Amino acid sequence: MSRIEFKDVRHAYPQPAGQPLEYAIKEVNQVWENGGAYALLGPSGCGKTTLLNVISGLLTPSEGSILFNHSDVTRLPTAERHIAQVFQFPVVYDTMTVFDNLAFPLRNRQTPEARVKERVTEIAEMLDLSDRLDQRAAGLTADGKQKISLGRGLVREDVNAILFDEPLTVIDPHLKWQLRSKLKELHQQLGVTMIYVTHDQVEALTFADKVVVMHDGTVVQVGTPVELFSRPRHTFVGYFIGSPGMNVLPCSIENGQPVFANNLLSSGYPADTDLSGKLEIGIRPEFVNFSDDGIPVAIEKIEDLGRYQVVTVRHESEQIKMLVGEDEPIPAESPMISFDPDNLRIYCNDWAVEAGDA
Amino acid sequence: MRKSTNQKAWWLVAPVLLLVAFNAFIPLMTVVNYSLQETFGNNVFFWEGVTWFEQVLRSERFHASLMRQLLFTSMILAIEVPLGIAVALSMPRKGPWVSVCLVLMALPLLIPWNVVGAMWNIFALPDIGLLGYSLNSMGFDYNFTQQPVSAWMTTVVMDVWHWTSLIVLLCYAGLCSIPDAYYQAARIDGASGWAVFRYIQLPKMKRVLTIAILLRFMDSFMIYTEPFVLTGGGPGNTTTFLSIDLVKIALGQFDLGPAAAMSLIYFLVVLLICWVFYTLMMRNEAQ
Repeated sequence: MSRIEFKDVRHAYPQPAGQPLEYAIKEVNQVWENGGAYALLGPSGCGKTTLLNVISGLLTPSEGSILFNHSDVTRLPTAERHIAQVFQFPVVYDTMTVFDNLAFPLRNRQTPEARVKERVTEIAEMLDLSDRLDQRAAGLTADGKQKISLGRGLVREDVNAILFDEPLTVIDPHLKWQLRSKLKELHQQLGVTMIYVTHDQVEALTFADKVVVMHDGTVVQVGTPVELFSRPRHTFVGYFIGSPGMNVLPCSIENGQPVFANNLLSSGYPADTDLSGKLEIGIRPEFVNFSDDGIPVAIEKIEDLGRYQVVTVRHESEQIKMLVGEDEPIPAESPMISFDPDNLRIYCNDWAVEAGDA
Repeated sequence: MRKSTNQKAWWLVAPVLLLVAFNAFIPLMTVVNYSLQETFGNNVFFWEGVTWFEQVLRSERFHASLMRQLLFTSMILAIEVPLGIAVALSMPRKGPWVSVCLVLMALPLLIPWNVVGAMWNIFALPDIGLLGYSLNSMGFDYNFTQQPVSAWMTTVVMDVWHWTSLIVLLCYAGLCSIPDAYYQAARIDGASGWAVFRYIQLPKMKRVLTIAILLRFMDSFMIYTEPFVLTGGGPGNTTTFLSIDLVKIALGQFDLGPAAAMSLIYFLVVLLICWVFYTLMMRNEAQ
């Protein structure tokens, strides 16, 4: 087990001659503390899988270095890094039985056969594969095969970290929930660092203590689920986490306070310096309310989701989403809305303006 | 809903039936016909029963050519299959060299059988051929027109040259269909190069390899043109394989009865070996 550190890591996949390099990872500095349960969250194509493969050594980054417990492993081959990795689609060795599949990573490392049997039995028990150990792996369903892949990741004891690359994509929804709780349980039992890649925020928020949000090749925020929800550092985090996502509206600044649609607003996070660039305010739909005075809007759409309603309103060209309780009345004539100042933040060039920031 | 019955569609199958009848069934039945009777021409036939079959099965000449055939086929399979797999494994999977390799590999397959025979004949001639002359000037006593061992070596090498590409191309296709994730998982699991071959590449190639071996078995077991052009079955009878022998009996000696019986036995041997091999290879798939 160890602490994994990224120092100025950048990676570009080779391009056909003549084409400019495109970085899949644009400078990542990140520390994965020993024993943490991390989720790596981001949309498809943001560099999540690339980042994972850089950790496991399947890829050598174009620039920068990776440290395990302060020693440089950037050039170390995969086998010597002691990393377990589970892929998005099940990989099983067709000709082997389920037992041999699970034993494969151990036998490759010359583990004594008695110990192999012990470990495999234990892991199979955990994954409900005990009664299939003698079957050929090829005959299993996609679920079963992915459990084998998971099992092969979990069976080794000497691993520095276990990486999961969207491992539950092919699993049935009800099993998904079970397996995810099982992984969480295993994390608490084993205390090994786990990094779980997903583009599903629910999956990320339920699995991880710390969520690392990636966007366009960079890490935009690392935090607990609560932090990501209440203090998004980047408009992308606000938009990607939460359902519906944060409203991001253009604004200008007067005396440190934002102005939207000729309305001077107040923000709990005033800007204390002159800002230049693209200025926006971010407010979650949870913190937009109907009020007696404020910004006049027109109601466009009301979606009733049971316990609450999602109301889409419009002010000139800007669409604003708001969450309204099931029983709260929706004003029929000339509705006006206001924003909760404590949860209103100013963003400059997509990054949140913190007090003291330039 | 009422189901309407219309049997007229059967007429649409008629052309195919007719084609198959003239193409396969009637010729086959003609052979069966010849194999059970004796004729001295003029369309007069005498019933002989299984006499020709007994005669062929007891003939030492048939045994000898069958043995030669089995030896030849096992030799070329033993060389071409491992060689084909090895070449396929060492071919690049990406980049500009892929197409170069593929074209080079496909080249021998595009050359007609009799041209291959003629090429190797000239190539291997001890006095003027590049191969034959070089071997002799290096001190090897090599003359495929007179020495059985030289004739066999030349025939086997010729077949390897002509047909290994087929196995290479089929195996290469099998290898290319393996997703990267398998190799990545193997690296994570710490698998050795041998383990990757044994547990990933070989199982994934199994189906194409089965087909490749079947094709090579059938083709080599029925080989005629190349050795006929190269050695003509000689020296003596040493490279007279089943097809060459069959043609000698049927067209050389005009013994239609024994030749027909021999073709049927020949056909059944090919069928039996293919069936046994295929069943053995696919036995595990069904489980």
